[in-house]
This record gives sequence, structure tokens and C-alpha cells, in this order.
Amino acid sequence: MEMTIYLTVDGEPRTATVDTRVTLLDLLRERLGATAPKKGCDHGQCGSCTVLLDGRRVTTCLAFAVQHDGAEITTAAGLGTAGKPHPVQRAFLDHDGFQCGYCTPGQICSAVGMLTELDAGWPSHATPDVAARPERTADEIRERMSGNLCRCGAYMNIVAAIEEAAG
Amino acid sequence: MKPFDFKRSTDAARAITLVAERPGAAFLGGGTNLVDHMKLGIAAPGLLVDVTRLPFDAVEELDGGSVRIGATVRNSVLSAHPLIRERYPVLSQALVAGASGQLRNLATTAGNLLQRTRCLYFTDRTTPCNKRTPGSGCSALDGHSRELGILGVSRSCIATHPSDMAVAMAALDAVVRVQGPGGTREIPIGELYRLPGATPERDTTLAHGELITAVDMPRVSGRSAYRKVRDRASYAFALVSVAAVLRIEDGTIADVCLALGGVAPKPWRAKQAEARLRGGPATEEAFLAAADAELERATPTTNNAFKVPLARNTIVATLRDLAAGADR
Repeated sequence: MEMTIYLTVDGEPRTATVDTRVTLLDLLRERLGATAPKKGCDHGQCGSCTVLLDGRRVTTCLAFAVQHDGAEITTAAGLGTAGKPHPVQRAFLDHDGFQCGYCTPGQICSAVGMLTELDAGWPSHATPDVAARPERTADEIRERMSGNLCRCGAYMNIVAAIEEAAG
Repeated sequence: MKPFDFKRSTDAARAITLVAERPGAAFLGGGTNLVDHMKLGIAAPGLLVDVTRLPFDAVEELDGGSVRIGATVRNSVLSAHPLIRERYPVLSQALVAGASGQLRNLATTAGNLLQRTRCLYFTDRTTPCNKRTPGSGCSALDGHSRELGILGVSRSCIATHPSDMAVAMAALDAVVRVQGPGGTREIPIGELYRLPGATPERDTTLAHGELITAVDMPRVSGRSAYRKVRDRASYAFALVSVAAVLRIEDGTIADVCLALGGVAPKPWRAKQAEARLRGGPATEEAFLAAADAELERATPTTNNAFKVPLARNTIVATLRDLAAGADR
């Protein structure tokens, strides 16, 4: 069964007619040319396919595209440009927050979404008292980024980059 | 993946009719478990009905002080809701102990309740599994069972229920509101899940076409906490978890509710332990004796026998912290 859906991808309105079985990740990468989100595990375990969906970070490998008709999607490529990178992108460069770079677009989208959640006062497993407003500590950042795996092990620098970008 | 039809409804009765009238149809929430199962070939619904746009996305206080959680509220939003953080810290703690930030932004209340076991054999089509293929046998009994159950299991299946959220809800006496083709009903969360017995393929007491619309949380008095033990510090399922609500008056346990995760086919309400504790002293000796009373009936495998002392120690540590007035 095919359906036609409408999305906004990195600010551009897009239309696509897709089989119901196509995931949001495959639609973005294979049909719409948005290759910033990466296919790692394809089972929601590694975070490399993370984008911002209506402003919130999500994995796109476990989402059927047809379910997200009308959504506004921002990939890492839509956050900034080479000449004017997003502060989180700039900080990843400054701190060597990657080696091979495969997980990086997912890490960056996750970090941007995570900082919004932290600013909104959402608690995490690292928050000592869930009823209180969480602080922007390295422990909080590590816990909140646990859904993004990096096989090069660049975690130390990723945390440093996010701490700097968070200000 | 088998081709499937896709429909969406903003009306619950319509969504229920769509699923009820077609065998093999399924409701689709956040998709974080069902979509994975469809990719793995262990679920093949012919029709998915998207229920995430139904008007069940609110957390609201009811008359009498209970709180109603809508079925489509995302796990992340629920964990951050002021009513949950202030009144039911055990539930907020359980939610943020589960999955990752990205998955919690997709996962719904109802979908979390209805997620299925992470037993390796259940998700591997090449191996026998009574839950996936009734009558094919249980590979875990003589296989890899380190993560699996020690309470309420059977010779047919020793799988565990993977949810953290449901364990907290079990300790809080949550009531699950369900709408189906024949009307609505309320199910105490302890009766939503069934033990495997000889028919482990059915996880719950829901009929085809029945839709969870909300979960009601009664008023609670006492302190509450969730403690989760796992192989890594974050983003892993529980080996053992404990959700506890404790109220102490004049040095005596006036009330206690205790539920265990990671050890049974359902969130395991530790009624034996609770009965031992009520009216008694809040001492470490009493906590130990109560834990032992609950775990007396455990039937571990050689691979997961460690869960018996782990569960005992986690129960004691959770109650000790609550009794001492510590936050976690």
C-alpha cells in the first residue's frame, strides 16, 4: 500500500509517495537525499539516525514515514551551514568530538534536543531529586546522551563539546 | 516485511472498530517496539491503526486527588510532568530509568504497558519460542537465561516483562482504563497482565480491539522510590528493579507497596513481603525477612540464580533509603 505524505525537511517542503513499510530514516536518506541521519543498528539501539521531529529528538529507524505525515524534520545538515555552524556543531569541531564521524549527525541532533529538554527542566536518571530543577552537570549530559553510541569512543570530547555549547 | 495497510483516526470508537473488525490488525503508538518486531518478522499485522492522534494526550487531576494519564502521553513528557514529579516520584524515576531520551520522546503510556519481552529467543525467528510460536518449545530453559524470570514463570516460558514504568504503576495500584467494541472497563494493573502457564503467547487480558485510553493513579500517601540494577549505568533493561511506597508512623510501617521488575512475566507485586512488613518495625532485619518471604517461591535457572540475592538486596536497599528519608 502506498500513501502520499507531506514533510518539511530542513526548512524545505517535501512530498513523497511511499510504501507504508518505508521508515522515516529510509525515506529521508534514499528518497529525499537527506543523508545526514545515518543507519547504524536500524533497531533503535545506537542513535545514529537521530533527528529533531517537531523540535524533539527521536530515532527515525523505528518510525514508519506514513505515521509522521505533516511533520517538521530538522537533520544535522539543517542546523547550520559550513560557514555558519550551529554552536553545538562548532563545539564538536573545537573539541574533536568525533573520529570517524558516522555517529556525529545523530550525536549533534541528540545534543540539541537534549539541551532543550534540560532548559525545560525535564528530569533524568542522573537528577538527584526528580521534583527539583536539574542542573547542567557533566553527569546529566552523559546520562542524557546515553542513547547515542560512538564506536570510536569519543565520549570524553563529546561531553566537553556539549558542556561548552551549553554555555 | 509483509505489506500492510495504514489508517489513522482521531476518534477512538472509529479506531477500535477498524482494529476489531479485522483479525491481524493492530494499534500503533510510538512504534518503538512494534515497528522493530515487524522488521524482525515476529509481528506481521495486515493493518496498522495509528492512535497517536487520539485526544488522550493529557495528564490531569481528577476529583478526589487522583491523576489520569492519557494513553498517548509520551514517556518523556510524563516523566517531566509536575503532578508526576511531585506526587509520584517513583513513577518519574522509573520512566527516566527506561530506554533513551530519543525513545522516550516517541514511546506512549499505553505502548509502554504493552511492550513485549526482550528475551533473545522471542526476537530470534530461528529458535523455538512458545511465546512467539505456540507449541514450539522454550529455548531459554536450557539456554541463555541470565536476564530472564525467577517468579511466576512456567515450564513453557520464563520471559520477563521489560517495562520500568509498569513496575512503578503496579506499586501505585494504578487502574488501566480500556475501551473496546463492547464498551469500557477498568482493570487494576495487576490484572492487566497474565502469567504464562501453558499459554505464554498472550501477555495480557485484553481482547482483540480493546484499546487502553488512560491510566488512573490513586492518591498516595508515603514516600516512594524506584531503584534499578542493570549491567551498565544507563540505557539497559533491568536485571532487577524495585518500586516502593512506604509510610511510617511512630516508627511502625503503616503501609507499604512493593513491586519488582526484571524478575517475572509481569510487574511483580510483592504481596508476601508487604504482608510481613505492615504493622511491623522499619528495620533492616524486617526488610530482609520480608524479602526472603517473597523470594522463597523463586524458581531460578542456574544462569539467573544470582537474581535471588540481587532482588533481596535491592528490596532492602530501597526500603532502607525510604525509611531513612533519603531521596533515592
